[in-house]
Amino acid sequence: MSGATSVRMAGIVKRFGPVIANAGADLEVASGEIHALVGENGAGKSTLMRVLAGMYPPDGGTVEAAVGGTGLRDVTGWSTRAAIDAGVGMVHQHFMLVPTLTVAENLILGRELRRGLSLDLAAAEREVRELSERTGLRVDPSRLVSDLSVGEAQRVEILKTIYRGARVLILDEPTAVLSPPEVNELWKVLRRLRDEGGTVVLITHKLDEVIDISETITVMRAGRTVGRMKTADATPRGIARMMVGREVVLAMDGVALGRETGGGAPEARPREPGTVSPREGPVPGSQFPVPALRVENLAVPSPRKPNEVDNVSFTVARGEILGIAGVEGNGQTELIEAITGLRAASSGTISIADSSGTLRDVTTRDVRARADTGLSHIPEDRHRRGLVLEYSVADNLILGQQHRFTGGANVLDHTRIASNAAGRIKTFDIRPPDESLPARALSGGNQQKIVIAREMGRDFTVLIAAQPTRGVDVGAIEFIHEQLRKARADGKAILLISADLVEILALSDRVAVMYGGRMVVTLAGTEATREVLGPYMTGAQGTAA
Amino acid sequence: MTPRLTNRAAGDRAQRVRTHIEESILPPLVALVIAAVVGDILIIIFGQSPGDVYRQLLEGTWGNAYGFGQVVYKATTLTFTGLAVALGIRAGLFNIGAESQLASGGFLAALVGLAMPAATPAAIAIVVCMLAAALGGGVVGAIPGALRARFGASEVIVTIMLNFVVLAFLNYMVAAHIHVPETLHTPEIRAGAVPRLTGVSSMFSGSAANMTFLLALATAASVWWYLFRTRPGYELRAVGLQPDAAEYGGVRVGRVWARTMALSGMLAGLGGLNYVLGYKHYYEEGFGTGSGFLGIAVALVGRNHPVGVVIAALLFATLSQGGLAVNALVPKQMVDVLTAVVIIAVATAVPEVRRALAAARRRPSGVGNRESGIDDTRGRSDSPFPIPDSRP
Repeated sequence: MSGATSVRMAGIVKRFGPVIANAGADLEVASGEIHALVGENGAGKSTLMRVLAGMYPPDGGTVEAAVGGTGLRDVTGWSTRAAIDAGVGMVHQHFMLVPTLTVAENLILGRELRRGLSLDLAAAEREVRELSERTGLRVDPSRLVSDLSVGEAQRVEILKTIYRGARVLILDEPTAVLSPPEVNELWKVLRRLRDEGGTVVLITHKLDEVIDISETITVMRAGRTVGRMKTADATPRGIARMMVGREVVLAMDGVALGRETGGGAPEARPREPGTVSPREGPVPGSQFPVPALRVENLAVPSPRKPNEVDNVSFTVARGEILGIAGVEGNGQTELIEAITGLRAASSGTISIADSSGTLRDVTTRDVRARADTGLSHIPEDRHRRGLVLEYSVADNLILGQQHRFTGGANVLDHTRIASNAAGRIKTFDIRPPDESLPARALSGGNQQKIVIAREMGRDFTVLIAAQPTRGVDVGAIEFIHEQLRKARADGKAILLISADLVEILALSDRVAVMYGGRMVVTLAGTEATREVLGPYMTGAQGTAA
Repeated sequence: MTPRLTNRAAGDRAQRVRTHIEESILPPLVALVIAAVVGDILIIIFGQSPGDVYRQLLEGTWGNAYGFGQVVYKATTLTFTGLAVALGIRAGLFNIGAESQLASGGFLAALVGLAMPAATPAAIAIVVCMLAAALGGGVVGAIPGALRARFGASEVIVTIMLNFVVLAFLNYMVAAHIHVPETLHTPEIRAGAVPRLTGVSSMFSGSAANMTFLLALATAASVWWYLFRTRPGYELRAVGLQPDAAEYGGVRVGRVWARTMALSGMLAGLGGLNYVLGYKHYYEEGFGTGSGFLGIAVALVGRNHPVGVVIAALLFATLSQGGLAVNALVPKQMVDVLTAVVIIAVATAVPEVRRALAAARRRPSGVGNRESGIDDTRGRSDSPFPIPDSRP
């Protein structure tokens, strides 16, 4: 499958002021392979790839690329334009699309098709549709980018890069925003590209993906390349150890992946005393007698649809994690916002247990009243909702609780705010341990820890955890999962909404699937597997009625 | 109870403080230098020596008691309007209506002052007039705030339009009903004049500077305290920075908008006291013309910080008074041009200088510093589609 060397980077050094992003990183990618570049957040993966894509000139080392069928040529320090012309294109983690333009208009931006003086949009749409069909990246070219879901926007990004003639496609954390069926779709697309002779470099820190899709793996840590291996010879645990530099507990350890790779059976998941394993979890409904969150006949409208959430009822009991799986955009966001009071429901009731355990109907109450009743909320988008990025860590640690940090008469009590921050930073190991830094300055994992520390560090009965580990590194995922298990052991009711099926399966006592605004199925954690859930998530099953 | 700092952490903090100071002081300074250079060119065009003109400008303002007092007097109104605009911007609102809020505050203060018998104790009369000024400005500010909160109407449009409506209404009231014959001002208030600063110190002799300046300073301190030390201030800033996060934090965003616009109007309205109570003791058509709009520039140059606003108000007041002082050498309009150049220079140079500062310190994307956990990769935009930073 793999052929001649397509890209060779040797001894890449890249400094940004005092920070060294790449300290002698190497990468060799063969043409016609899918190459996984793995490492924790901050290991220097993105920087290395940006050097390859021509966005940064390296401070040291060489970049060689096979361009125009001439074999390897030294292209160190080339421009983005030159890289694109040579067929090296990068799809970024943060989308670079114009929201007010359509999909087709975004794709042709910079190389507009013209008919006379005007744009030939019909032809552009036709071209885009063809490309979309050919690659399997399905998206309607006439829709506005601002109307797209995150997953769809990403498809547009990939399409755009391919449209511009990329033969070496670099993808930076592409699955962070995708559901498993979407991931599978993406894998199909990437395999098709590979089979047609294209080369794919995939930046990721999700190990199951690495095993799933790649042929070769390069592992980075602290700016250096620390390993390179054939995927066939690799184990998730081995890669994780190399990435982090120590043993880690993986969420996937407790989950049957349907396939095992490499050496040996998975080791038993270490359990702390007091944690409840999902494998031992009770079956739906029956054994959790004390509901802490009850949602009845909830319908929630959105600007697009009158019934974005369509008559949904469920309960979450104390000491239980109910996982909601589903492709993004099937009403999960609206469900979360309706429960937390951020969005008005059109009908139905929501009840939350207060600190005494009594269920309170909060349907007509506002966000603060619900939080005061006992609702904690880890929002799915920490940069939009979960944090005020310009605020200090200390100020972010009281967001939503600010009325509890006043010394009477609405004056903030800075002594208590500081001591609260010091405590949370210590307990939740937020780094760097400096409460006066703006939240913006922290890494994604540490930003998420601020949110987790705030929402789980206070008194609560019900926790809505939406995408709690999105975009955070392996070490932090381990930590966050541990916190969720601990909260469950403490008798909290947890509603877990995640696009990461591995996470849902690893943590949930029960798993429900949302499709088209409805809960199409609810299963005991023991019954739920990727294979069982898949058809429900795509609507192939469970929607007949 | 903050954690004990290691030397290194303390060093980091000192570094940050230094960074903060650099970012606050350097950009406006660069803007001023640019303005001065443009000023030099203008002065040379008029055939004068820049040194002479600037010397005269300084002597005519900070260099003598009257000039200095006039600077203080002018800075007083600008501090109020600047604070009004700055408070709005902190909540993500652009109040362009300070002009009419100022007039409305002054008008109501004059009306209420007229209605009080001359024998009213000064302390009571002054307080009542203050409340009237705040009310007058507050009502004009509250309307666009309520419309924004209730219907999502842009406060920019509504405040601009209200400027016309309110000023026309006030002019009509004065011209048609309560003016002293042959003039365009109301009769003089006899109760509760605010004492001039002249009596306090000879520094201000002969000028219009009055105790309202102290009120302005106290108001700036109060606004600072409100913004940075109270819960409503915490919520207000959160609304301005990230309304979605504020909403998540249990803040009723619409209410904050409504409240902030009312407060902003009140601040501008209080500015009316400076003229009405402190100087002329009557309301006169067009007494504060331009001060409302200049308040926008004051807030901009003062970076929406109460301390910055006071300093910027003094700067613009100096330029305004200085225009009169240099009138013999160059047309006083030259100083108006200079004022405009300062505004343009601040608007353009400040972001550029800050960017340059940031670039000098730039950390890489997705990088590294595992020890510090610092990651500056995120775009500054809150949009789900951040505009890429293409600068290398």
